[in-house]
Amino acid sequence: MSLMGPHRVLDLTLEDGFLCGKILADMGCDVIKVEPPGGDPGRGRGPFYHDLPDPEMSLYWWAFNTNKRSITLGLETSDGREILRKLVSSADFIIESFAPGYLEGLGLGYQALSALNPRLIMTCITPFGQTGPYAGYKATDLTGMAMGGIMYASGDEDRPPVRISYPQAWSHAALQACVGTMNAHYHRESTGEGQQVDASMQLAVMWTQMNITVTWDMNRVNTKRGGAVKTFSMRRDGQAVDIPVRYTWECKDGYVNFVVLGHKTGARVNRALTEWMNGEGIGLELKGFQWEKLGFFPDDPDTNAMIEKPIAEFFRRHTVLELYRGAIERRIWLAPIGTPSATMENEQLKARDFWREVEHPELGENILYPGWPIKQSESPVGPPRRAPRIGEHNEEIYMGELGLNQVELGMLRAAKVI
Amino acid sequence: MDKQIFEGVKVADFTWVGVGPITTKNLADHGATVVRIESHTHLDTLRVAPPFKDGVPGVDRSAFVADYNSSKYGVSLDLNKPKGIEIARRFVLWADVVAESFSPKAMVKWGLDYESARKIKPDIIYFSASQQGHGGPHGGFIGFGMMMASLAGFGHLTGWPDRLPAIPYGAYTDFISPFYGSIALVAALDHRRKTGLGQHLDLSQLECGIQFLAPVQLDYAVNGREWCRVGNRDPSAAPHNAYPCKGNDAWCAIAVFTDEEWAAFCRVLGGPEWTREERFSTLRNRRRSEEEMDRLIGQWTLDYTPREVMEMMQGAGVASGVVQSAQDQFDDPQVRHRDFFQYLDHPVIGRHAYDGFSFELSKTPGKLRSAGPCLGQHNELVYKEILGMTDDEIGDLMAEGVITTEE
Repeated sequence: MSLMGPHRVLDLTLEDGFLCGKILADMGCDVIKVEPPGGDPGRGRGPFYHDLPDPEMSLYWWAFNTNKRSITLGLETSDGREILRKLVSSADFIIESFAPGYLEGLGLGYQALSALNPRLIMTCITPFGQTGPYAGYKATDLTGMAMGGIMYASGDEDRPPVRISYPQAWSHAALQACVGTMNAHYHRESTGEGQQVDASMQLAVMWTQMNITVTWDMNRVNTKRGGAVKTFSMRRDGQAVDIPVRYTWECKDGYVNFVVLGHKTGARVNRALTEWMNGEGIGLELKGFQWEKLGFFPDDPDTNAMIEKPIAEFFRRHTVLELYRGAIERRIWLAPIGTPSATMENEQLKARDFWREVEHPELGENILYPGWPIKQSESPVGPPRRAPRIGEHNEEIYMGELGLNQVELGMLRAAKVI
Repeated sequence: MDKQIFEGVKVADFTWVGVGPITTKNLADHGATVVRIESHTHLDTLRVAPPFKDGVPGVDRSAFVADYNSSKYGVSLDLNKPKGIEIARRFVLWADVVAESFSPKAMVKWGLDYESARKIKPDIIYFSASQQGHGGPHGGFIGFGMMMASLAGFGHLTGWPDRLPAIPYGAYTDFISPFYGSIALVAALDHRRKTGLGQHLDLSQLECGIQFLAPVQLDYAVNGREWCRVGNRDPSAAPHNAYPCKGNDAWCAIAVFTDEEWAAFCRVLGGPEWTREERFSTLRNRRRSEEEMDRLIGQWTLDYTPREVMEMMQGAGVASGVVQSAQDQFDDPQVRHRDFFQYLDHPVIGRHAYDGFSFELSKTPGKLRSAGPCLGQHNELVYKEILGMTDDEIGDLMAEGVITTEE
């Protein structure tokens, strides 16, 4: 039995909040994606299947709308609003990502909808939240990664700070909004009381910064950005210090991620690596080295140079896969810096049956999608159903559920409600 | 205080470092009783990781570990002693949820794996957080979030095409997977309430990370395209970059997607001659001349602070945001409006800031009830009130080093 079985979700998000509804759909909810007539603007976002810029071919749409059904509905018409109210009365969740105040303006805000259905959970995903001095500000992935702080610490120090080259900010917002939604759901299932979940993209991105915020609070030090070599900023003996930590190492045919940590934490791993290198006659100077005496992030430049030199030499002699396999055998925390093709070939993902074949009957093809990331012993998640086509389930829902007849449906189509 | 959402839910939390603790933090900050079971003999890595109070290391001085463990109790217990395991099994019997992030081998050795745990408590919800999931050739991989961020593809996709992969700061996927974990845990608790069934949730951090790159993987699967890092470029926007501003290493991000936004952007700049040149007239032209355009924009932004640039751009309807340092975030009026940073009194660190909620629940808001515990801070309270031990028993266990008191 699926985790979220019979629950009904109305997904009004446009373009940027798809992931929240996808997660609920993957867990078994009946998620109805409500698209504006003509289709969701997210369908215009590339990349596209065979590079065909067609609203039914957007890989962005496909990726984040699996397992959903689709209806089209114009909320700016009074008929559209009436239909939405009908749907709301039997829904458990509604998710939206309009600018604050937009739905209130249409008489579809939380107050109005909860009066129709007090059990309703309404999740609102916006750049900065529903209220506050920046609530009316526009945001994109780039500005979200900037305002959320992670960008300040990412990228080479002699160039501008960078975002991640595939958009992330809205996914963080939608994922964390889903946590709030599930908390509210648990409460509703205990008490019958619904509520509003007001999610902020900026704050969700701030969660990705690891120890940056607490470092400022504790030590009044701003963490600076670094590329292949990261900067860990801290205070020691009253002085602000920046400690370089190499994250990216070159090898024969690509790159790996490995970090040298001191203290007891890193000692076993460093000894295992030293022994491996010594077996090939490299890094003999590190034999018997007292790793425990180094700080968590080793911070003496001369010592670091002495440690880094043989490791860099050793890594350059080997391929990514040689290093990764050797590291797994020796329990060393080293991993390839993966490319899309390498991810697709990853042995572990294959063994876990992570890639799922999704049928696209219109194309006569099965396509490999990422599967659900948690194996659940009582509620396993199977291969997803492909994302819906524009208004694919209009008849099923409008006629089958709401009892409209063919003539009414035709009228609503003509009036561009559907 | 009003009743919190998860009041009455009991969690035996054997997790450490980032993913596990952040996952159970959601339950704790919304009312669950979460007991963190740690030891002095095998310290949580974050207890020895900075930042420390006054920059002085110490197991109870790290704000890093405190941040992820608000609202939890902390006990110390040596699982490498038979009596320690016996006590751990009593926690399993008490709990609704067991959370762990050890290697599968260790949990089997201790008799604390899912199969053993369900013999103690048939409807237990058993949450395992690991780097690559249980089973498979790399199921035993040990590492941190930066390794999974790299393996999932974020390393390759961050930085500049002519430079080494930059990898995002920190341990990026450590801040994706706990939220998937929280979602599944809450769903599993509700599912158990309705069906009586517990279950094993086996979360792979790598697989969680890949969710955020799904379109990139699909592009490879159907078009054979290999994405690569491109700095701040975006195929549908120009200008689209961080621009240097007045101040020390100060930057403001600006993103212009549509023609209307470009017109508004030009008005903010006061319509200088260059903005009217043919090579900047359309998105395609701007994309072709992006480097030169960015240089010209950077000359203009240098006269203003990042906040001034953001306010001017937003005033004209152009998306823009300060590239915020940690200090900027603490000063940010919107972050303050949302009370994101919550201040709690820690026995050793004193009053300090915690990362709060990115979402607000209108009727049953979460609340960080207490600071992250010192190691073994609640031994007496938990062993007495939850496990029903006497003072003598606790004293004996401490003397034997089962309840650990020193490294």
